Amino acid sequence: MEQVLKSNRDESGRMQRPPNVLPGIIEILGRLCTSLPLYSCGVSAGFPSPADDHMECTLDLHKHVVQHPQATFFVRAAGDSMIGAGIFDGDILVVDRSLAPKHGNVVIALAEGHFTVKTLHINGVKQLKPENPNHAPIPILDNSDIEIWGVVSYVLHRLL
Amino acid sequence: MGGSILCAAQIVMMEQPIYALVDCNNFYASCERVFRPSLRDKPVIVLSNNDGCAIARSNEAKALGIAMGAPLHEIQDIVRQHNVAVFSSNYQLYGDMSARVMESLRHFCPDMEVYSIDEAFFRLDGFRDRDLTEFCSHIRQAVLQWTGIPISIGIAHTKTLAKVANHIAKKRTVTGVFEMLDPNLRTELLKKWPVEELWGVGRKWSVALRMLGIGTAWQFKNADIRMIRKRFSVVGERIARELQGISCLQLEEVKPKQQIICSRSFGQLQKKIEPIEEAVSNFAARGGEKLRSQKSVAQGIQVFVTTNRFRLQDAQYANSALITFPIPTSDTAQLVKAAKKGLQAIFQAGYNYKKAGIMLMDILPETQQQGHLFLPSALASDPRRAALMTAIDKTNAHMGKNTIFLAAQGTKLGWQPRSDQRSPRYTTQWTELLRVH
Repeated sequence: MEQVLKSNRDESGRMQRPPNVLPGIIEILGRLCTSLPLYSCGVSAGFPSPADDHMECTLDLHKHVVQHPQATFFVRAAGDSMIGAGIFDGDILVVDRSLAPKHGNVVIALAEGHFTVKTLHINGVKQLKPENPNHAPIPILDNSDIEIWGVVSYVLHRLL
Repeated sequence: MGGSILCAAQIVMMEQPIYALVDCNNFYASCERVFRPSLRDKPVIVLSNNDGCAIARSNEAKALGIAMGAPLHEIQDIVRQHNVAVFSSNYQLYGDMSARVMESLRHFCPDMEVYSIDEAFFRLDGFRDRDLTEFCSHIRQAVLQWTGIPISIGIAHTKTLAKVANHIAKKRTVTGVFEMLDPNLRTELLKKWPVEELWGVGRKWSVALRMLGIGTAWQFKNADIRMIRKRFSVVGERIARELQGISCLQLEEVKPKQQIICSRSFGQLQKKIEPIEEAVSNFAARGGEKLRSQKSVAQGIQVFVTTNRFRLQDAQYANSALITFPIPTSDTAQLVKAAKKGLQAIFQAGYNYKKAGIMLMDILPETQQQGHLFLPSALASDPRRAALMTAIDKTNAHMGKNTIFLAAQGTKLGWQPRSDQRSPRYTTQWTELLRVH
């Protein structure tokens, strides 16, 4: 399985640059919209109105995935501790720091000052649980040095 | 220009404005700590890319005696002994984190003015009937959670007083928020506030003030206003009046050194790129003028646009782009070209834009530009540089190697390449994302 996954990705797990982004020395922040600009129409962010049903815009993946731009960060998953959750080595994780972490959320946590991605368990046995039987859970005890950095809302896994 | 001075009776009858100064604690070090939390509570310094001097220090680094502007080779021993974490300036990261903090602040208060990369002023008049300390604590908590950056907030009736309140919030409170609206409290604090630490009062003025027997903010506030006007110009007079509680100082009169910001809210919302392009071109040109007038150059320019967060019927969008110059510049043509390019990259049709602006980053004196002589592009484009290099080579050939050399080239420690200790650009480069296991 791992062989198949690896062959579908280049060495650095690089994502392709969207076609409408200028190359060169411009650093574009992660919040850039990646839709192809065929239509220019704004989508109302207020209360729904009858007119909305008649408004069709090209789907904007970035806006769909990034709900809270100022608090959203992209990080890279490493290793295989979360393959059971569909997170594989090299995947990009969308991390939202504005979300309050809940039981069952996949979170980016700091354990003894090191970053880790695990499932948060706070009902019952409190621990940071991997989704791979080959990895041990990290218990959350009263004197544990554990902190939640953000909640993972989406994982981007490349097939090509 | 405005700024008419009201008499005391008029002031009493009007409600005084309420300002809050929000600023990030040890901003560059804090940015690094978001992605390296093990560095919290540890000494951290950030070096300028150009000359390797400390331009930012965490509190722990300050406590070790590392001075602002200290060159690395002078503090090597302290660095080694105390395991001080050393970073080259990562202003792509700092610019992005700054944009996040500012956008987060805009969520809470519409009347906001960004003053520098890590400071902004709020007008809290509209929140007068609320518990301001509680409101600002809430803002502080939100910014910390969303961006990881700790901030301090000072609340007072003028910007100058808000600066004092902010300093107290940062150094003397656990909550990070300090309200200095009560006149008695203000009096008590100003009596103990040295003039050197007043916003807008530089070293020269402090010395002159002390010679006149004015050593505290309280004394400055009570000094003869005509004398102040005569000796310290209209800016000095305005600072004195601000201490009295009369808001009259323009932000442009007290400039931050490390960045230059030019921005404006549009009177009418803008939908098309052309008027915004014209606006940012003007801002870039004005920025260039300011640079040249203070004999500086900038290493980067950030362009930002935003919609009006408080028009709930509008779709919301905010973005910024940062353009780095291989050769630091103050040339208007280059700045305008870069500003336009950045705007084109971030402009999205379909939004009603409220505000746009530029921020010139990593400003340094134009004399400190030695590295660029070695850039091939510099030689290709400027025949004078080519002639200079030829003259240097000829002289060295005739009188012996290294008769003429660049200062940066020939120290005992050798020439150090720039940016070799820069942290990853976690938020602007796909190849440099934070890795989590």
